[in-house]
Amino acid sequence: MSASTILSRALSAIVTLLGVMVIVFVLVRVVPGDPISMMIAPGASESDINALRARYGLDLPVWQQFLVWFGQVLHGNFGTSISLKQNVMTIILERLPATLELAALALAMALVWGTFIALVSTHLQGTWAQRFIDNFNGVMLAVPDFIWGLTFVLVLGVLVPLLPISGRSDPTIDAGLYTQFYLIEGLLRLKLAFVWDVLKHMILPACTMSFPLAAVIGRVLKNTMMDVMVQDYIVLARIKGLSSLRILLQEALRNAAVPALALTGVQFTFLIGGTVITERIFSYPGIGNLAIDAVINRDLPLIQGLVLTFGVIFIAVNMAVDAMTAWLNPRLRHA
Amino acid sequence: MPRDLRIWLGGGFILLLIVCALAAPLIAPADPLEQDLMLTTMAPGQEPGYYLGTDSLGRDVLSRLIYASRVALTVAFVAATLACLLGTMLGLAAGYLGGWWDRVISRLIDIWMAFPPVLLSILLVAVLGSGLHSVIAAIVVIDWTRFARVVRAEAQQQARLEYAEAATALGMGRGAILFREILPNVLPVVLVLLSLEMGIAVIVEAILSFVGLSVSTDTPTWGGMIAEGRQIIYQAWWVLVFPLVTLFLTVLAFNQLGDGLRQWLDPMLKR
Repeated sequence: MSASTILSRALSAIVTLLGVMVIVFVLVRVVPGDPISMMIAPGASESDINALRARYGLDLPVWQQFLVWFGQVLHGNFGTSISLKQNVMTIILERLPATLELAALALAMALVWGTFIALVSTHLQGTWAQRFIDNFNGVMLAVPDFIWGLTFVLVLGVLVPLLPISGRSDPTIDAGLYTQFYLIEGLLRLKLAFVWDVLKHMILPACTMSFPLAAVIGRVLKNTMMDVMVQDYIVLARIKGLSSLRILLQEALRNAAVPALALTGVQFTFLIGGTVITERIFSYPGIGNLAIDAVINRDLPLIQGLVLTFGVIFIAVNMAVDAMTAWLNPRLRHA
Repeated sequence: MPRDLRIWLGGGFILLLIVCALAAPLIAPADPLEQDLMLTTMAPGQEPGYYLGTDSLGRDVLSRLIYASRVALTVAFVAATLACLLGTMLGLAAGYLGGWWDRVISRLIDIWMAFPPVLLSILLVAVLGSGLHSVIAAIVVIDWTRFARVVRAEAQQQARLEYAEAATALGMGRGAILFREILPNVLPVVLVLLSLEMGIAVIVEAILSFVGLSVSTDTPTWGGMIAEGRQIIYQAWWVLVFPLVTLFLTVLAFNQLGDGLRQWLDPMLKR
């Protein structure tokens, strides 16, 4: 990609983020229902209420509130959470690693699982097994993550209790970590028993998030591979006597990967959105679960911080996908 | 008559649900809110009269299931219809009128779809507060683009066909052509989308009542029952299983109906 493309992409990302900020601020300020009224003790005097209002900056005119807020946000200061009485940035940074690790694992699983489905289905084209796989994939595509998650809880957590269904790690294990990146730090410091425990907690939520995405990847990849399989160069490879597995992996998969990857990027934002409900189902301590609590408690500073955090993640993912698609597809590299 | 089994099965199940919702007081064996603390978490069949067991407050699961279909169907029909009306109107305007209308509406759709649905719904429910009206508003505000995008493309295509040109040549006004010629030809697509959207609306309502942001907790909902079942899953699996299965079948029914309609209404695919 040329420098000017990168620059214009970055600029449009900034504009999008600014738009999100303005929308967040405006929407949250028109909230009916005063957050202060939920905090005051019964029998508080008028001056107590006003003092509280001033403490959260709610007594200034709206445009002043926005400027103050905007300046603070640029410094990473989102204020104090009303329900948790802690700095919003501190809370989010503490919970964010859990969500990032979960989303990354889910994405990896979706890619592996989706590619596997597509390869097997293409390889077995025309057999009853292929029709079975495609129909199964169709069901996977139709079932939303909410239903997957609860089914996993029921089947693998309770009926056949193989895996834990809530939390992020066994609270009785004290691994003595410095960061909240349990998986990464555990691996780096070779605390393998702890890593295994963390992974066991992550498998079911990660499956929940990855299944719908895996189904999409599987279908698109398979359709593209079927198109590729009738191309001349595949026929040539066959005539040259290459094994069908080698053709599938080296020729078909490589050429079908680009459209599938572009789609994965778009769908990945849905997967990140899926963290909200998935974390709730599995009582997983990430920012998605936090967002629901923030909405229930009408915790405005926390909601703002979380929405902006999600916004930054979405924009970052989109930019990464753009860059990767361009890098993989030479025709777009100079566009 | 459609011969597609999916239309009959999907439509039949939805019809059954509608009957359940309308005749809930006649069908339900018990009052869905009546608590019996002597009979808490009874397994299905353990106590005569409680076919699907009771929950942690001794309420009859079957009766709650039946009454909860009211909220689910209300949201499905109201939210999906409103999203459909809004999206179809804007889509028709953009696709048929073109020009300035198209530029503004298309841009709006693009911006809207760039905004992740989860963020939008968190913000909306935070602003509007929890309740049925916010659930419906969230669905309409987020999902009108599904209709607008497809209807715009379809209307654009229809407007280029000979019959639309003939109508113009005959001196029909643009509004008349839009509603009497274009709209009926776009309607099959809209119907398919509407059915799919109802399935989405049922899921969204269940999710929001699962996390406690839909109707107040004394109205039975499938999502609310699932949330309660999740809490006591080690003691009483049936409180989770029955609403979950019902939810799954409902979503599947709307999906299958939509897919069946798509094939039945599309003369190209029918052959």
